[in-house]
Amino acid sequence: MSPMTQRSPFTVALIGNPNTGKSTLFMALAGVRQRVGNYPGVTVEKKLGRVRLGDRDCQLVDLPGTYSLAPRSPDEMVAVDVLLGRRDDLAAVDAVLSIVDASNLERNFYLLSQALELGLPTVVALNMVDIARTKGLKIDIQRLREQLGVPVIEVQANRRLGVDELKTALTEIANRRSADKQASAAPVISPFPAEFQREVARLQNALDQAHAGDSSVRAPAVTNSYHAPWPRYLVERLLLDTSGYLQTALLANGQVAPLDSELQAARKRLAAEGIMVPAVEAQARYAWVETVLRGVVQRPATRVVTLSDRVDRVLTNKLWGMLIFVVAMLLVFSSVFVAAEPLMRAIDTVIGTIGEAVADRLNEGPVRSLLVDGVIGGVGSVLVFLPQILILFFFLAVLEDCGYMARAAYLMDKLMVHVGLSGKSFIPMLSSFACAIPGVMATRVIENRRDRLTTILVTPLMSCSARLPVYTVLIGAFIPARRIAGGLLQLQGLTLFAMYAIGVITAAVVALVLKRTLLRGPTPPFVMELPSYKWPSPSIVLFRMADRGWSFVYRAGTLILAVSVIVWAASYYPHQSAEVDYRLAPRLAAIEEQQATLGTNSPQQAELAAEQADMEHAIAAAYQRDSYLGRLGQAIEPAVRPLGWDWRIGCAAIASFPAREVVMGALGVIYNLGSGVDVGEEADRDRLAGRMQAAVWDDTGEKVYNIPVALSIMVFFALCAQCASTLVVIRRETNSWRWPAFTFAYMTGLAYVGAFLTYQIGMRLPPF
Amino acid sequence: MSVLADLPVGARGRISAIVGSDELSVRLLEMGLTPGVEVKVVGTAPLGDPLELELRGYRLSVRRSEAARVQLSS
Repeated sequence: MSPMTQRSPFTVALIGNPNTGKSTLFMALAGVRQRVGNYPGVTVEKKLGRVRLGDRDCQLVDLPGTYSLAPRSPDEMVAVDVLLGRRDDLAAVDAVLSIVDASNLERNFYLLSQALELGLPTVVALNMVDIARTKGLKIDIQRLREQLGVPVIEVQANRRLGVDELKTALTEIANRRSADKQASAAPVISPFPAEFQREVARLQNALDQAHAGDSSVRAPAVTNSYHAPWPRYLVERLLLDTSGYLQTALLANGQVAPLDSELQAARKRLAAEGIMVPAVEAQARYAWVETVLRGVVQRPATRVVTLSDRVDRVLTNKLWGMLIFVVAMLLVFSSVFVAAEPLMRAIDTVIGTIGEAVADRLNEGPVRSLLVDGVIGGVGSVLVFLPQILILFFFLAVLEDCGYMARAAYLMDKLMVHVGLSGKSFIPMLSSFACAIPGVMATRVIENRRDRLTTILVTPLMSCSARLPVYTVLIGAFIPARRIAGGLLQLQGLTLFAMYAIGVITAAVVALVLKRTLLRGPTPPFVMELPSYKWPSPSIVLFRMADRGWSFVYRAGTLILAVSVIVWAASYYPHQSAEVDYRLAPRLAAIEEQQATLGTNSPQQAELAAEQADMEHAIAAAYQRDSYLGRLGQAIEPAVRPLGWDWRIGCAAIASFPAREVVMGALGVIYNLGSGVDVGEEADRDRLAGRMQAAVWDDTGEKVYNIPVALSIMVFFALCAQCASTLVVIRRETNSWRWPAFTFAYMTGLAYVGAFLTYQIGMRLPPF
Repeated sequence: MSVLADLPVGARGRISAIVGSDELSVRLLEMGLTPGVEVKVVGTAPLGDPLELELRGYRLSVRRSEAARVQLSS
């Protein structure tokens, strides 16, 4: 890739601490047209945007929010690699835009001090000056510019103030950069003591010489080795990183040992001079920060108690804090269900109407069935959950943007430590009671990879709203409405509670096991900033909601559609049935003939219509029984028999693997009610319950359903990974098919074992 | 020598050192818990852990076990 043939666009990297308004600034600069993807091999989101600087079309890279550029894992390495131009999938960075929180300059400047050492032209965006003012802080921006030697621009990203000035400052850099590539490089400021800088220079020489002329080491970042000359920042990091991660990430195997002894010797020499690694970094940088900010920030003599402080006092109070937390969560959830309900119904109706309209225009046959049952039904099963997902994303975005998310983690941490996780896993898991998709996406706030993966893997065990219809129908049909424990508890309610509890308890156990086996590692630090409260920015909230909603529809939708079509084909073909040909079809023809001969006003017509519908449902059921899916269901009957199931239940369970909410429709077809069974309608629910209560074994004629069988089905649905959307979202969030495959395997295994135990133990208990 | 984890709510202390050189101690240092800095314990979570601290003009939450790594000068 020579610079003569391909001119890469001027690239600006946006860096900053979390909670500084970085995404808001990104949106103010690049607009809503953002390209979001993943960096290969890691779980870091790659966010790119375009920004116009003068007459140039420039690229803006949003780096993940971080407090420090000190990589200790591949995920953290991404930001450093991007900034140093070590990635093949991204143009080299020409300038750094560093956003800092004006109300919290000391800690924000730690990252800035690291960024300035990269030697790239840098612009500082001073955000949240209004919050600084409410804290009584006075900032002398002109003096700060002089002290730092780089442009400092005051912005209010949420009101788009200062954005033009920021663009002007970046344009100037771009102009200088194109005039003379060398001249625009910023002088490198090192806050480290002279002894430390000497050791860095010595190491840099040694590394450069070792690799000079060694063309085998010249390899792109993806293969984890580096070529001379070594950027000083990386050498510094090698000396500071006592975890050993960087050595293995940056060097080929044979080079680690010799370098390691050199690093150890250098650290020993420094220790002899009283310079301790790694503590020297924080001491040197914060000392630099204090020098730079001297005379820049004026604090009030007595600390101002801000509104945020007063709000925090209530929200983290022992009694009120917990109470408000519980009420807030209840409000969020009830509104998810209440507000989503009519929208879901509306979508269902629209999809149904479209299906009918298409069905009316086409002749009976595979094309009609494919369009109506496969495509439209498949799209419907994705869209019907969109209201819930969007509403949940809305609340999550509000909680995140106003600063309450960190408080929720703070309040719940002690509880989550018991299962080996931290408070940051609480909200994602709670969200999953509505739907696992936003739950999995909400795990992005968890920085530690092992904690994040564990949370993602157990989150689908929470009973989501799609499981509720299964529970209500089966409980209504088979669990007696009896009061127990002296009338205190009602058995049906208790069963419903037990189903939710099974999910929670299993999730806790699985999390504990995962954290001790597959995802074992040291307890990650909890150390978490509690940001100042602020009003959530409507544009950020709406954007995040739309962005995540679209990501779900687009990514999950395409795959679910494919899966729906496959399941449709399996339950439609071969569409031949001896029973239909010889018994049902002639009878239907006879009924229709009778209808035609009788006058339209004949009292017998209603009776005949009912008979006709029955016959049509029976034909659908016969076709399904003889379809590939039906045959598969019958073939696996020996496997589901120990769960107390007949082939019909097995069939319905298989059909609901893409999306568990289709189980009621599948049972509707199997029990000759047609696929239009709506469990929201009491009459339909009663009809389905009636058919199930009456169902008998094909061979013995005994009743299929009893309490243990109903419980076994419910336990199966509580634990099984019957949701292609969730698996696709896990694939997207973990950037690998390995984890969704693992989730699917372990949940399905647990579901089978759980259902087996429930039935077998249930049958051995005295009859209820 | 006292540690940050032992400070009662409302009390202040001055950091003298962070024990260890692992990920946790680096993280504490990066977040500004460096020797010489004054820290105030603002409160604890309703279940008793973690702690809410104030230092360098901002709020930070750490677990008690983590605050035990932070030594204070008497």
